[in-house]
Amino acid sequence: MSEPPPAIAVSHLVKTYAGITAVNDISFSVGRGEIIGFLGPNGAGKSTTMRILTGYLPATSGSVRICGLPVATQPDEVKRHIGYMPENNPLPEDMRVSEYLYFRGRLKEIRRRLLGPRIDEVLEVCDLKRVRHKIIGQLSKGYRQRVGIAEAILAEPPVIIMDEPTIGLDPHQILIVRDLIASLRGRMTVLISSHILPEIEMTCDRVLIINQGRVVAQGTPNDLRREILGRSTYQLELAGELAALPALLAGLEPSLRITAEGGVNGDGFRELTLTTERADELGEPLLRALLAQQFRVRALSRVHPTLEDVFLAATKRSWDVVAAAPPKAEKPKG
Amino acid sequence: MKHFLTLLSHEVRMLLVNPGTYIAAMLFLVFMGFIFTGILDTYSKTPQDVSPTIVFFQNFWFPVLFMVPLLTMKCLADERRAGTLETLFTTPVTTTEVVLGKYGAAYLFYLGLWSATGGFFYILSKFAADARFIDRGPLLGGYLFVAVSGLLFVALGVLASALTRNQTVAAILCFVLLVVLIGGVNYLADATWLDRDFLRHVKEAVDYARVLVHRDDFTRGVVDARQLLFYLSGTVLALIFSILGVEAKMLHS
Repeated sequence: MSEPPPAIAVSHLVKTYAGITAVNDISFSVGRGEIIGFLGPNGAGKSTTMRILTGYLPATSGSVRICGLPVATQPDEVKRHIGYMPENNPLPEDMRVSEYLYFRGRLKEIRRRLLGPRIDEVLEVCDLKRVRHKIIGQLSKGYRQRVGIAEAILAEPPVIIMDEPTIGLDPHQILIVRDLIASLRGRMTVLISSHILPEIEMTCDRVLIINQGRVVAQGTPNDLRREILGRSTYQLELAGELAALPALLAGLEPSLRITAEGGVNGDGFRELTLTTERADELGEPLLRALLAQQFRVRALSRVHPTLEDVFLAATKRSWDVVAAAPPKAEKPKG
Repeated sequence: MKHFLTLLSHEVRMLLVNPGTYIAAMLFLVFMGFIFTGILDTYSKTPQDVSPTIVFFQNFWFPVLFMVPLLTMKCLADERRAGTLETLFTTPVTTTEVVLGKYGAAYLFYLGLWSATGGFFYILSKFAADARFIDRGPLLGGYLFVAVSGLLFVALGVLASALTRNQTVAAILCFVLLVVLIGGVNYLADATWLDRDFLRHVKEAVDYARVLVHRDDFTRGVVDARQLLFYLSGTVLALIFSILGVEAKMLHS
């Protein structure tokens, strides 16, 4: 038997609205059971791409396959394979939580006999048991968001697509939602878009950064760091004769340089920032060399660039590329 | 059509839990009650030529003009505004099922309201104990007319709701469509400038579409297949346009 097709396969996807290109030649693929983060500034085309994946919007050109099924020709079959939570999570205000889940379950063709136990299960998973008989319009934002997630996972689809599932939640609720998403790892393929980068970094196996309708970077957070920033940074606090320092650093690693130098503070120590192109750990040899040269060191740490830095660098780079390219009427929709 | 019943029962349920439904129903019944007692009042003072049932159904257009827009304005416009239409279409339902589900619920409610007015006649027959007041023929014909014409009126309301995301716009559009269909066509048919020979076919078409004449025929007990066809084809057309409207809006969302 051949290998099962990837959960999501997008190739050369283009979507234009009345002359405006929202999505411009995006290609990516997501394996089964993967959790993937979809990053991009406002108007980058995230929501549009997600809507095309769910079969709600037709693409202008390119192809999308969900579990091997083409979205363009078999939208109904694809919809059976997807759980989708749109941006802002619209819910009917005047239904009870359990009623809503029952209604959606029936629409998603879960058999009546199985639906009751399944609803109990998702209510348990999403910690909604206490509010199952409440009217959705009276729920707080955190609960509403969880109702949206419960609805998305209700039919146990192989692919789940969530557009900004944690927007507007407090840190505690974000933690709950994050755990919830992490609990789906391996069982379902999850595609999440978000602005909150640390959260993407914590839950997602892989990150896809898009800007201006194009994929500007993709890979694991660590790969992206290496690829986009291409260097490591160390922060150092030391006292001693600085003139001898550059030679010492060059002896240790040719690409190691001082990039920032703070003033001397009261007790003779100063802060230095060093960068190197070496990706592996240089902390220990550096510390040894410094101590051998009679430097007094009181702090040495390797700075871990956050996904935020990667995101900023990647989107900035893509803007530079777009700016360098011949000008085209290209303003993605918000 | 697998999901039609699910959607229909959902819509009916939503109507039943909505307080607006009961307010609208009460206003309708109070209004119809006033008309009915007004008619009885006239009949108790002076003898009349026609049966009170016929007079009652002659006033059918007034509640229709106000009830149908109120009933249908919400159905698609509000869901589109709230964004729940998007979640609905990410499940394996078709646009046809969604539109028919909403249409079916609104029509059932419309029928329910009118059948409640049957209580007036029941009370009258109970207390007057005089068979002359209750003319079975006009009564059946009148209710049949309400049921058949309601198909088209509610479909026009759904169409208006499919074209906009604003409930008020939907209500006004529906109101205008109904005024044109009921009043405008009647006005045109009475206009003398249509009597010219080269406008003969226009005149024929206008005469064919006179809702008020259809009503008189039905209450007289004449059920004409051409009139039934008029309402059925109009309904189908309005529903097809609603489906196309919803799909077109989806493409450009």
